[in-house]
Amino acid sequence: MTAQADIPGRAPVAPDRRTAWNIRRERMRFHVRTLKLAWRTYCRDKAALIALIFLVAVALISILAPWISPHDPTENVANINAPPGSEGLLLGADVDGRDILSRLFWGGRIALLVGIGPTLAATIISLVLGLVAGYFGRWVDQIIMRLMDILFAFPLVLMAIVIAGIMEPGVPTIIIAITVALTPYIARLVRTTTMSVKQQPYVEAARAGGAGSLAILVRYILPNMIAPVIVYSTTLIGLMMVVGSGLSFLGLGVQPPDADWGTMVAEGRGVLKKAPHATIFPGLVIVLVSLSFSFIGDGLRDALDPRSRVR
Amino acid sequence: MSEPLLSVRGLTKHFRLEGSGLFEKGPTLKAVDDIDFDVAQGETLGLVGESGCGKSTTARLVLRLIEPTAGSVVFDGTDVLKCSKDELQKLRREMQMVFQDPMSSLNPRMSVGVSIAEPLRFHGLGNQIERFARARDFLEIVGLSTDYFDRLPHEFSGGQNQRVAIARALILRPKLVILDEPVSALDVSIRAQILKLLEELQRDFRLTYVFISHDLSVVKRFCERTAVLYLGKIVEIAESEKLYREPLHPYTQALIDAIPVPDPSNRNIVQRAGLEGDVPSPINPPSGCRFHTRCPKRMERCSTEAPPLQSVAPGHQVACFLYR
Repeated sequence: MTAQADIPGRAPVAPDRRTAWNIRRERMRFHVRTLKLAWRTYCRDKAALIALIFLVAVALISILAPWISPHDPTENVANINAPPGSEGLLLGADVDGRDILSRLFWGGRIALLVGIGPTLAATIISLVLGLVAGYFGRWVDQIIMRLMDILFAFPLVLMAIVIAGIMEPGVPTIIIAITVALTPYIARLVRTTTMSVKQQPYVEAARAGGAGSLAILVRYILPNMIAPVIVYSTTLIGLMMVVGSGLSFLGLGVQPPDADWGTMVAEGRGVLKKAPHATIFPGLVIVLVSLSFSFIGDGLRDALDPRSRVR
Repeated sequence: MSEPLLSVRGLTKHFRLEGSGLFEKGPTLKAVDDIDFDVAQGETLGLVGESGCGKSTTARLVLRLIEPTAGSVVFDGTDVLKCSKDELQKLRREMQMVFQDPMSSLNPRMSVGVSIAEPLRFHGLGNQIERFARARDFLEIVGLSTDYFDRLPHEFSGGQNQRVAIARALILRPKLVILDEPVSALDVSIRAQILKLLEELQRDFRLTYVFISHDLSVVKRFCERTAVLYLGKIVEIAESEKLYREPLHPYTQALIDAIPVPDPSNRNIVQRAGLEGDVPSPINPPSGCRFHTRCPKRMERCSTEAPPLQSVAPGHQVACFLYR
């Protein structure tokens, strides 16, 4: 009962070194325990675990593509439309006689960049805008959300065409286009979850304790509203990869002969009957990778809820 | 009586409700209407009344968690409602609040030890290690083990969480603590423990309490003085013992009559009829005395004229025309 002796409102006295050391060690243990529990909960979801392993493999292969791909992805190395297994190519060659396996390896770099980059950027922007709009309400909310409504009104493709017109077609163009198009969707989710968390008694309790707006937003509202946003954004990564492929297909994104999964599907489309493998393999990879992101999103939902964690 | 620690005068809060049309003004909800009371240093004032009578709104107004429509709240010589942001921040060190539902008044993702230390952080007191050391002290003060520092609220029972909430309210060493139904959400078996803890803390820390409750038996035991609220107005205020022995206002009489008596054969008070009907809506409160629609002793003037709160004996005020 040492605290009773000191004066109200005074800063607390420093504990002795042993206690201080104990406190530091306990904090460390707490964070490690929290992470361990979250990881164990995540691992209970087998689909999410397999999806994560698969995606890590895809990411590694994409990063290491320059060293591990058997051929140059843009070089003509075989007969056109060579079937899988022939001419020493595991997955065959495409309409220009390029190695499909190498192109898949290289294409992963762009696909992951186009999937993760804009989603991450849009999530960060949305968190700032949505938190501010949802927390402060009134005219701040009106201004931010009406701006979002304007963005909502533009179709994604139109946005990409405009941005491509300002810059030039390429990967940066589709990244910016997708970021801009995605922001209003995530911002709306952030705003509504913020408004519901703001009503919670612990927010009022924090204010009664003397918390300022920044502390309330960062320490009380953000940690309690971010889980659904992370889940939503993770699921969107897969979808945005497909959208990015679509924009490349329209000629706004990746320019031939660069390898990209979406472009590969587009190029194989003309010879679908003669050489189905040229379309099937990249198509399959797109489906598997975007599905994996959905499964990971589901797994995160449980792992991020402290109440559902296994002991 | 020396200068009261907290002095509330004419406190009023009207909520403007949403209108039906875009430019149409909605009706006004009179949650708290012209309330006066004083709380002396070291005493416990009980605020009782049915749900929706404005008890919690009063608490939030005193702490300025919501802005009042009119009135003044003077705490320790400073007007809470007129002071600047910086002054308010300083005042908040000295008045804290404990909320009804202990589980939801704690951040579910913050360990209870960190939650207790939070007010120190808000006021920029000490570094992290110092704050956590102080929080460990307060865990012990409210009767919890320091081993519980890293637990999350969902790992605790309601009673344990309420102890944590009390520790959080006390860590700044406030002078005044507003207890908003601190035991209503708890099991009956836990209530006595928490009330006993609150009494011990009041003695040790020389605290002043405003105790809000709808449970008269708890207020009777816990508070020196009690104010009875009905539809946003104080109808009677007196020393608890006196109020329970001889309630004057018909509403107070009805409330005290409604307390279940453990042994009915031993009951020597005159049996009064229970109240009829529900509490009228605060959106359109009855004219005159707000209680006249349900009052068994109403007179003609009650429906047109509102009785002011007047002293009938030292420290005993009542708002009723029966006692003029």
